[in-house]
Amino acid sequence: MANLILRDLVKTYDKTEVLHSINLEVEDGEFVVFVGPSGCGKSTTLRMIAGLEEITSGVIEIDGRVVNNLEPKDRDIAMVFQNYAIYPHMSVRKNIGFGLRSSNAPKPEKEKRIEEVATLLGMNDLLDRKPSQLSGGQRQRVAIGRAMVRDPAVFLFDEPLSNLDAQLRTQMRLEIKKLHQRVGSTIVFVTHDQVEAMTMADRIVIMKDGHIQQVGTPAEVYHAPANIFVATFIGAPAMNMIPGRVNGGGAVTLATGGTVQLGGALPEGRDIIIGIRPEDLLPGETPGVLRGEVNVREPLGHETLIYVGTSEGDVIAKADGRTPPEIGEVVSLGAHPDNIHVFDAATGEALA
Amino acid sequence: MAVAEQIRPTTDALLKTEAPKRPRNLGQFLRWLLLFIGGIAMVMPIVYMLSTSLKWPHEVYNLKLIPDEPTIENYTYVLEDGRFYWWFVNSLVIALITTVCNVIFDSLVGYTLCKFRFPGRYIIFIAILSTLMIPTEMLVIPWYLMSQQFGWLDTYWGIMFPGLMTAFGTFLMKQFFETVPDDFIEAARIDGLNELQIWWIVAMPLVKPALAALAIFVFLGNWTAFIWPLIVTNSVEMYTLPVGLSSFGDEADVAWELIMTGAAISTIPTLIVFLIFQRFIIRGVVMAGLKG
Repeated sequence: MANLILRDLVKTYDKTEVLHSINLEVEDGEFVVFVGPSGCGKSTTLRMIAGLEEITSGVIEIDGRVVNNLEPKDRDIAMVFQNYAIYPHMSVRKNIGFGLRSSNAPKPEKEKRIEEVATLLGMNDLLDRKPSQLSGGQRQRVAIGRAMVRDPAVFLFDEPLSNLDAQLRTQMRLEIKKLHQRVGSTIVFVTHDQVEAMTMADRIVIMKDGHIQQVGTPAEVYHAPANIFVATFIGAPAMNMIPGRVNGGGAVTLATGGTVQLGGALPEGRDIIIGIRPEDLLPGETPGVLRGEVNVREPLGHETLIYVGTSEGDVIAKADGRTPPEIGEVVSLGAHPDNIHVFDAATGEALA
Repeated sequence: MAVAEQIRPTTDALLKTEAPKRPRNLGQFLRWLLLFIGGIAMVMPIVYMLSTSLKWPHEVYNLKLIPDEPTIENYTYVLEDGRFYWWFVNSLVIALITTVCNVIFDSLVGYTLCKFRFPGRYIIFIAILSTLMIPTEMLVIPWYLMSQQFGWLDTYWGIMFPGLMTAFGTFLMKQFFETVPDDFIEAARIDGLNELQIWWIVAMPLVKPALAALAIFVFLGNWTAFIWPLIVTNSVEMYTLPVGLSSFGDEADVAWELIMTGAAISTIPTLIVFLIFQRFIIRGVVMAGLKG
């Protein structure tokens, strides 16, 4: 176990800078998830930590040691790949033990370690099987086992659940989280799935276009997004964004025609965007913010998503699962002022 | 009765669907016929070789497939002739060493071109590929001059050196290494293997079918090679089998029955290789899209 520090990390391909001065400190035993859309630089960052990509500038420290010029094998890390990267010509035992090849430990000790890891992952019965005889989830477990067997300072996971079906993904998510709680290792996990990020992370690093947008606990990034990108990226369905202008006394006139009274001192005449999460935008809630006709309903059982057509386009709200508004019904949607996020229209940064 | 009435339309429908089978069968028959003719054309020279090997010299120019007086005298003569063993051993040694070298060198170069990014990589690959367009007949003169300069004439090394690495093999192996995911290589790098170990322990086992196909092509190619061994060897002891067999007879007459006997014996290793690795040969040809 160890801490990990990224300081002013930059990566360029030819003359194109793809990672711009990344700064991050991961505490010992922390589970940090990098999340963002494709091409945001999250996997590149992880590969730079692993030593699989060269660092253009900046510093990477693992457990207080600068590892910039160290080979991947000398960084005391282990990585689990998206495609598992378990060798098809080797048995599960050999795959798990592969990480110990370069270890000087005696053979019985290596065998013992393999058995321990297999027990931890519930794979004792599968040790003599080949990967082709395993299910997707079992293969993923082998890949995790191979990483665990070396007892590295930092675990790196590169979208390891992407190839699994939805049910298995949920199960593996839980298993990885339990594993982390049991062994307490430092983990850096990359995913594009915000649900994975929210459910597993101690802290989430949200990236876009090679920049870190926000670092925070799942609750922080959800309830206090730093900007419009974070606000819309985290949470499903995405946060509703409605343009408006600040009038005197904290009142905001929306482009849709409604008026919202917000607390706090916002400069008069400033163009802003207010963000309201669908679960905070409720039919019948006062004061009413929006008014429109229900176009589409998506019943989810315990609740129903309703798409309400307003003059500024559709907004999404959550209604009761048992008695949702009918299609065509005109509803008034309101939100508590505490649940309204305010962003600067020009910069997209959060204002309150 | 009612049941019979119900069944009849179904039966009629079935009979109707039977009718279009005829053209399909005819097409199949024509295909089989073509394959049969092709098969006969392929097999006949071998049958004729075996037939001639069982004939006396005066019967050789008689085109009968079954000799009037079959004899195994030719086999006794060839096998008792010490030269044949030399040629057989020469061919075997040369084919085996060349095969092992090709498997190692072609895959090393193919792997490097496939998995490492370095300046000039593409140019090197094109340069290697372009040598495929130069016929052997053009290359034998520079090969001969090189052999002469380095003192390799009439040696194993002289016979083997042009074929220790091939452009075809490099191309084949590079294409196969493309199918090995980079994740495997990177995972091995993290697990502490050096680049040579990654190639040998991780990448090579994953391209076994290609290695087998390459080994077969190279072995057979060298086993049957004629022009270069003929040019580079002078002494009878250094001949390979094809060169040695062609030397049976004298200026006045060619001992076809002995040549055919030697050829028949020399096909045995080839047949063994084919029978054992038939699956790989077919896969190799299909995968490479080229004839070996």
